[in-house]
Amino acid sequence: MANAIVEIQDLSFGYKGRLLHKGINMTFPKGKVVAIMGGSGSGKTTLLRLIGGQLKPNKGRVNVCGEIVHEQDREGIYRLRRKMGMLFQHGALFTDLSVYENVAFPMREHTSLPESMIRDLVLMKLNAVGLRGAHALMPTELSGGMARRVALARAIALDPSIIMYDEPFAGLDPISMAVICDLIRSLNDVLGATSIIVTHDVEETFQFADYVYFVADGVVAAEGTPDDLRQSELPFIHQFVHGEKDGPVPFHYAAPEYHASLLRGAR
Amino acid sequence: MVLHKLKRLFSRLGAGCINKIWRLGAGARLFGLTLISSGESFRRFRLTIREVYFTGVMSLIIILVSAFFVGMVLALQGYHTLQKYGSSEAIGVLVALALVRELGPVVTALLFAGRAGTAITAEIGLMKATEQLSAMEMMAVSPIARVIAPRFWAGVIAMPVLATLFSMVGILGGYLVAVPLIGVDAGAFWSQMQANVDWEYDILNGVFKSLVFGVACTMIALFEGYDAPPTAEGVSRATTRTVVTSSLAVLGLDFILTSFMIAV
Repeated sequence: MANAIVEIQDLSFGYKGRLLHKGINMTFPKGKVVAIMGGSGSGKTTLLRLIGGQLKPNKGRVNVCGEIVHEQDREGIYRLRRKMGMLFQHGALFTDLSVYENVAFPMREHTSLPESMIRDLVLMKLNAVGLRGAHALMPTELSGGMARRVALARAIALDPSIIMYDEPFAGLDPISMAVICDLIRSLNDVLGATSIIVTHDVEETFQFADYVYFVADGVVAAEGTPDDLRQSELPFIHQFVHGEKDGPVPFHYAAPEYHASLLRGAR
Repeated sequence: MVLHKLKRLFSRLGAGCINKIWRLGAGARLFGLTLISSGESFRRFRLTIREVYFTGVMSLIIILVSAFFVGMVLALQGYHTLQKYGSSEAIGVLVALALVRELGPVVTALLFAGRAGTAITAEIGLMKATEQLSAMEMMAVSPIARVIAPRFWAGVIAMPVLATLFSMVGILGGYLVAVPLIGVDAGAFWSQMQANVDWEYDILNGVFKSLVFGVACTMIALFEGYDAPPTAEGVSRATTRTVVTSSLAVLGLDFILTSFMIAV
């Protein structure tokens, strides 16, 4: 794709003898919100780590802004990461710094802006996520949803071209979830960034994502717009999208025959 | 059956040895990376100063109180023995030499490992468990330069200062017991100490010891935290290992350093 800002090509990755990804291809076009969905343990977060250069693929390549991530040296990877912002599952705020200091952290590390300008920028970022009034609080004084919003303000502190979200809705109440959904879409559009969201929350993601990849058994099981996937007849997608208990993904973990197990225990 | 058990025993022993060697290598690697990444700790010295406050200043109370009691006990025990030989005036020398040569650096290091070392391990381990170190990496900020190195240099700076303060307060405690309480002559107490405590051989050697203990204790605490499995149990075990390993390292290093110092 011509305007792709991130491209994953024929990627295989695994560790401890277990192959997690087997030849994955994905494209993330500039300005779009793209979701990666799949069950727990399907390697979604690992894909974010591969894009961020925290892991190296066994085979294939990850292209970010036209550069192959795992072929970069440390300096090169850091240069690419300055174009990225990442929201971790539980925020990963620095607990010894206040909300203000957390958002100011990337600016202080990577720019030599005067303190007055850093202050204005931090307040602008916090205002964008609705938490300007909480700038003096410590992370321990925030609710889960507020912590996620502060982490989002920190992730966009340097106006990144790519924003990655790792399970942004996990453990949030419906109001916080709606706020985060709205923020992801609006920040993406305002900043002209590309958003990559790793999640398994179907309803919320389908409301605002432009394109969705489903990962299962180490491959892209399906892809398309939310409307395409809602109407998909593929058994796995149908089970996942409609939240069915049994289907291609079985309810029971692989185990010996039930009666035989019980009788063996009685003996 | 016996052969099978023996095989299992040797395989466990082997695995344990390999693990220890691996950890030693990983610790040495982290030490090297910390030294290489130390530039920022000095360029932005306020980062290091902040950690000096947390590791050094916050350990001050326990170290000074312990020093006071250690000094008082030394004076009591020393007087009890010295008076048998009619040399109770030498109590000042005994207290001072015991503190500046051995007890100051060693007890300070042991207390430091228990107070500041465990705090460092728990903090780094929890930062890892809550993905704060990963977040830093993703912000293109090296956790070794930003988190590990300032704490390392803070420990290295704090330990000799704490050991010196320990010796000073210990001597004060010894003085209070020996002179006002027991009645040893104050002039004899101080003049004997001044005449027999050597600046280079006693005091500087003691400071050097505490510097080495500072490097060992801080690096062990940092490595244990950095290497801890990111779980509550993992951090708890790492904290325990910090105290055990640091204490053994301090006592072992003390023997080696003392051997060299006496030989020289």
